[in-house]
Amino acid sequence: MRGGLWQLGQSITRRLAHGDKKAVARRCFASEAELKKTVFHDFHVAHGGKMVPFAGWSMPIQYKDSIMDSTINCRENGSLFDVSHMCGLSLKGKDAAPFLEKLVIADVAGLAPGTGTLTVFTNEKGGAIDDSVITKVTDDHIYLVVNAGCRDKDLAHIEEHMKAFKAKGGDVSWHIHDERSLLALQGPLAAPVLQHLTKEDLSKLYFGEFRVLDINGSECFLTRTGYTGEDGFEISVPSEHGVDLAKAILEKSEGKVRLTGLGARDSLRLEAGLCLYGNDMEQHITPIEAGLTWAIGKRRRAEGGFLGADVILKQLEEGPKIRRVGFFSSGPPPRSHSEIQDEGGNNIGEITSGGFSPCLQKNIAMGYVKSGLHKAATKVKIIIRGKPNEGVVTKMPFVPTKYYKPS
Amino acid sequence: MDAQHDHSISVEREREREREREREMACRQLWASRAASYLRISVFHRGFSNVVKDLKYADSHEWVKVDENSATVGITDHAQDHLGDVVYVELPEVGAAVTQGGSFGAVESVKATSDINSPVSGKVVEVNEALNSSPALINSSPYKDGWIIKVEISDNGELNNLMDSDQYSKFCEEEDSKH
Repeated sequence: MRGGLWQLGQSITRRLAHGDKKAVARRCFASEAELKKTVFHDFHVAHGGKMVPFAGWSMPIQYKDSIMDSTINCRENGSLFDVSHMCGLSLKGKDAAPFLEKLVIADVAGLAPGTGTLTVFTNEKGGAIDDSVITKVTDDHIYLVVNAGCRDKDLAHIEEHMKAFKAKGGDVSWHIHDERSLLALQGPLAAPVLQHLTKEDLSKLYFGEFRVLDINGSECFLTRTGYTGEDGFEISVPSEHGVDLAKAILEKSEGKVRLTGLGARDSLRLEAGLCLYGNDMEQHITPIEAGLTWAIGKRRRAEGGFLGADVILKQLEEGPKIRRVGFFSSGPPPRSHSEIQDEGGNNIGEITSGGFSPCLQKNIAMGYVKSGLHKAATKVKIIIRGKPNEGVVTKMPFVPTKYYKPS
Repeated sequence: MDAQHDHSISVEREREREREREREMACRQLWASRAASYLRISVFHRGFSNVVKDLKYADSHEWVKVDENSATVGITDHAQDHLGDVVYVELPEVGAAVTQGGSFGAVESVKATSDINSPVSGKVVEVNEALNSSPALINSSPYKDGWIIKVEISDNGELNNLMDSDQYSKFCEEEDSKH
């Protein structure tokens, strides 16, 4: 899904693999000096936020609460995240939906106004360029948010295809919402707290739905969605009102909703079984392999029409060769790139994300294994620092999701 | 005879000071590279860390308590504070050889993995099995119940390469201010 700790994941991997540690630290320092700051930066630091480089931004990985406590508190009460490093944009024009359908696997035309869905931008080989949540505001306006680490390539990709599309007479234009900032309010208290700050009845806004409305005195784009598995919202707020809104949310929750950093966010999305682009999804992984077949609209399965459709539709028909699955394991927590073996010691895949689950108090991981070895309860070995550890394939999510849906 | 004796003592002292300077230089370089490594997983600092006076400290944030040839080793309060909640400790086997500055195990937190380096050389004679079921002892009691290994020391002279509690406190302050 969206957001994620791409750079942290990579930096941890590099830390373990890199020989010249001094050089790594120096590069880290240099990049820190050039990092972009969200409008919340000073607010984070004032609240004890520990800032680290992430996708070219200075972002809070943690506040005073431990990552363990923050993760658990999100599921028990709520969390407020700054996700302004992610890129929001609007596509407008009579042909906005047909244009976007060339680039993503979703049935954009079939979305009702005010609703959205997870989708994947594909390349010519059917691999994932990025994942994104897209929302149809009106028939000629689509709002979407892409991952921070993919912003430059996504925008270049969209621009290239938009030029070609317009040259053939297509009616589409775009606006990048750099004047806005993005907050994610997640957890069981998200809706009650946010309701205090807006007159509109949020009980009538369901998972995946979108509204433009006044929140705490400013016009916000509100999507009921998230990257934690919890009920909650992503709020696009005019940047000049961002800090006021963050303060208001924290005040209304009387300290129960806590500022939460990217470290806990990564634990939460992993517990929810959600992909992190750069770890669990990459240019060479198709949506089918990633377990996102459900995100390909029914009409799109019949018609194709998106980049890499031939590869993807063939995989739909024949089945993919590898599949993303979840694991429980004993011993050290698995991390990205740990080898997966069958019980006979043969390589069958690789871990793409893993760690210790604060909610379950046990190791969880996801990764890719050869098709045929992907069934729940299949026993595996996960190789960590050269030693095999017992693992077992499991369905995801690890922690049940609590999306707000009509009953 | 007396004059000659005094002279040889003087020469010996000079050589000892030279060796100490060399060790200090080497240690400083070692500290720099390990501090750089450690900085990468530093996520949060409480603001102060506890140190214990009678221990010796390594630049990679382990402590050692020495009683003749026997040493008890763990990671410091500063280290556990930076790591966050410890969820797993990889322990060596009894009988394993350890060398000063060399890795003998690993400690895992929710988000990161860190090597544990031995502050002394020798042989592992005991490991803290309680850490298998209660790795959080390292967080709650880094200098006592959270000890990691006991080592039969092979070279007591190596202790001169380590910091005392005051030096270590200063080292941590400098490290945190740089980060």
